Amino acid sequence: MSMLDDYAQVAGGDVVAQLRQLASPLAGARVVHVNSTRIGGGVAEILTKLVPLMQELGINTSWEVITGESEFFECTKGMHNTLQGNRIPLGERLLRVYEETNARNAEILRPALEDADFVFIHDPQPAALLHHCPERKGKWVWRCHIDASHPYRPVWKYLHEFVAPYDASIFSLAAFAQELPHPQYLIPPSIDPLSDKNVELDSNVIQDTAGKYRIDPQRPVVAQISRFDRFKDPVGVIHAYQLAKQFVPALQLLLAGGGAADDPEGEAVLSEVQASARGDPDIHVLLLPPDAHREINALQRIAEIVLQKSIREGFGLTVTEAMWKGKPVIGGDVGGIRLQVINHHTGFLVNTPEGAALRIRYLLHQPEKIDEMGRKARIFVRDNFLITRHLREYLTLMVALLNGARDRIELT
Amino acid sequence: MNTQIEKPDTRTRLQGGSPDTATEAARDVTDPTPRAQRKESAYGDKKIFSIKDCALVALATGKKARMLQEFRSHMAEIDAASIYHHFWGGLLLPRFEEREYNNDFAAWIRHGIHDAVLAERVAALAPTGFPDLEALRREIIELIDTRMDEMEYLMWARATGQFEFICSQIVVFDTGRRLGKPAELATSMPNLTTSSIFYHFIDARRRTSDYRDDFSDWLTGFGNEFGSLQEQLACIDPYFSSLSELREELALLFTAYFKAPRS
Repeated sequence: MSMLDDYAQVAGGDVVAQLRQLASPLAGARVVHVNSTRIGGGVAEILTKLVPLMQELGINTSWEVITGESEFFECTKGMHNTLQGNRIPLGERLLRVYEETNARNAEILRPALEDADFVFIHDPQPAALLHHCPERKGKWVWRCHIDASHPYRPVWKYLHEFVAPYDASIFSLAAFAQELPHPQYLIPPSIDPLSDKNVELDSNVIQDTAGKYRIDPQRPVVAQISRFDRFKDPVGVIHAYQLAKQFVPALQLLLAGGGAADDPEGEAVLSEVQASARGDPDIHVLLLPPDAHREINALQRIAEIVLQKSIREGFGLTVTEAMWKGKPVIGGDVGGIRLQVINHHTGFLVNTPEGAALRIRYLLHQPEKIDEMGRKARIFVRDNFLITRHLREYLTLMVALLNGARDRIELT
Repeated sequence: MNTQIEKPDTRTRLQGGSPDTATEAARDVTDPTPRAQRKESAYGDKKIFSIKDCALVALATGKKARMLQEFRSHMAEIDAASIYHHFWGGLLLPRFEEREYNNDFAAWIRHGIHDAVLAERVAALAPTGFPDLEALRREIIELIDTRMDEMEYLMWARATGQFEFICSQIVVFDTGRRLGKPAELATSMPNLTTSSIFYHFIDARRRTSDYRDDFSDWLTGFGNEFGSLQEQLACIDPYFSSLSELREELALLFTAYFKAPRS
């Protein structure tokens, strides 16, 4: 049985049949995806499945990862933060490291990149590669996974020079799109329903995981499963839990996350979280290894309610994952969370720890609402945020790029 | 990579163009031929129905509005493809199915500008009631102007959330499946993709004369034989149900029609 057949079981046979038809004019095309980490973070997770699926559709697809020293990742993390609104200038030295690292990687990747029919460059880390591929013959697409709605202008201006020559860019939401001299596609990311992080789990696995981390399954659990990153506001989540616990004394909080290989700040944020949680045995702070997918899956299923109280968010795949597991989500009213959390239907959008606490109390006092919202959340994800939809939009974009900026394209 | 281009490029002509240029180019978005002059049926061979499918991808236009006045200015010159998208195209993109309003403009006016009166008026617009998207555009602007005359504060009221004008590209492909007899609609309907339903039942309304869906358009080729079925198809409101619910509704209609004895 092929991978696509497996997806047909979850997403529907018609969805997969459509992918095959859409891919047929692209058969044999050479596609290269480039990012900066193979493990950890949403981009790597998407590419892990998107690449083999494209291959199975007859598209000659490969995935390259650029390498760099710690200073390079310090710079790109700074870019990430400033694109999300932090007003911290990047020093000349770090920017030089950025350019040199891209130049060095281009030396290795140039033959494959210049020969490809389509090159997808993910996020700012490898964005400067295009500059080093003057003989490129294919279409180059810059895929921005970040909430760049209010970037720190000097850093965006710097990055703009590298991004503007691309043939197209992709943003997750219209609000993130920036002024660029090429078509800007809007494609939300997705989750893989068959990955370890999202497959159905035996109840024993869920119970064992609860036991392992001393979580009492008889008492209510709220969880935020997300990287330890200031933009995810884990300290705000603790505050919300503390406010709600005054009314629901049995409440437990689970804060779990892994680090991404390209995120040097995670450790510092984790220390802040541990300091805030100290003294409360009902707060479980877990630092998980990057491959703890089944454990994350189980932890999301243990929770009655999942939080994603981000103050900036690209899309928020952790929200999608929780919704796929039938959990209502209390999410920050930012970025892609707005696209997923529909107030009073799939969860609640909040702006403060106080708002989150209020919604925790509301839901825990109406368990039938938890079930109802969870059901709606799962259907919403099935119809809109699975990897099959994501792949379909990539294929559509590729066909569209081959035909120029036309509104309607009819394939023979 | 074998592709055939259906329509000439219009967006590139719009960029940086004057409002007149925009209007001129926008007509091309649907069809350069005025609707009244279009051929009666999209089906050359009236006895064969080709099942097509489509995929849609959204694009940012870069136009954003934070005030009603700004929204009106963009509305006056935005690519007609964006008007199409906000009324129809978005049905194929991620969205929650229980829609409060049947177009994005009305939803923003209600929840961004917080003007329920104008929202209701804009929500009442049915694109099929206009000869083309330009006429629809003029009506939206007229409604906004009327409302701003009624409530002057709306001229400078700031929205609580901005409106982003989006447009979309649609790729249409032939599934290779053909229907030879109308009765086959009943058996084939449950197997159509939701995007195929979108193409034949919703998108068709800007391609066919009389703003019909493709099924009705095809049935016209059989004379009056299927007149009552066409009437029943015309009664289905595609706006407030999901595409999968719409598919179910069509399947039930065709099944009931072709099972029942007909005089």
